[in-house]
Amino acid sequence: MDIGLGHYLTVAAILFTLGVFGIFLNRKNVIIILMSVEMMLLAVNLNLIAFSVYLNDLVGQVFSLIILTVAAAEAAIGLAILVVYFRNRGSIRVEDINLMRG
Amino acid sequence: MIVQSLAFYVFSAILVASGVMVISARNPVHSVLYLILAFFQAAGLCVLMGAEFLAMILIIVYVGAVAVLFLFVVMMLDINFRELRSGFLQYLPIGGLIGFILLAELAVVLGAWIVAPGAAAQVAAPAPPIDQVTNTHALGMLIYTHYVYLFQAAGIVLLIAMVGAIVLTLRQREGVRKQNIAEQLARRREDAVVIRKVPTGGGI
Repeated sequence: MDIGLGHYLTVAAILFTLGVFGIFLNRKNVIIILMSVEMMLLAVNLNLIAFSVYLNDLVGQVFSLIILTVAAAEAAIGLAILVVYFRNRGSIRVEDINLMRG
Repeated sequence: MIVQSLAFYVFSAILVASGVMVISARNPVHSVLYLILAFFQAAGLCVLMGAEFLAMILIIVYVGAVAVLFLFVVMMLDINFRELRSGFLQYLPIGGLIGFILLAELAVVLGAWIVAPGAAAQVAAPAPPIDQVTNTHALGMLIYTHYVYLFQAAGIVLLIAMVGAIVLTLRQREGVRKQNIAEQLARRREDAVVIRKVPTGGGI
């Protein structure tokens, strides 16, 4: 059985759905939510690379590199915010994050 | 060809399984370790597709930087994770419903999807044949010429992220005796030494 574009897209779709599912499942734990976001970005990257290889176009891989950069920056900033929040409140419960509600 | 199919199924099965474990593991440290496993499997899929450079970058950036950062934060913060898991089953139905809807939509998209007839003519940067130019070489030739501004913008994004993370987490703590080198160097003899006349038998 030949492995084509559809197989890779299926795997990426399942991974993306798992990421969304993880966000809903771990509503209270910001760390797992961030990990789920990373997984969704990974799925998007897989999609881009699969299409890039399928269409024989390298630009998809360039774009995937940019997404990788943004994912790394997002993780760094997100975890920094998490550390500061934990330092101020002593917990990382998502329900407690309502200081701006007024 | 059979080896390729086998490798694809092994990689994707472990990828999906570790993805499930990431969102359902009891201990967040295990979640991070499963995330690392998932990244390795994704890198394997990239190699299988012929995108070696991205596979290596995936491992270096995700496993070497992002996952280690996650591990660091998970282990550094003193969090009661048992309490954080308390609403786990409460959100299972709505999460499952939305996940199922999303998966069904993606399946519909995949089922009805066809390649546009003009897609092959729209290729912006055709990949050179792999036996003449490797993937890394071809990508480098593209990034450093046509997409050099994009490359620089990515560097700026990383720089801003680095500065932002440092600014966010840096704090001036009260009551810490720290060496102030500028103050030490600015100290003169007149500030530090006082010559007093001591009267006999009087003391200071």
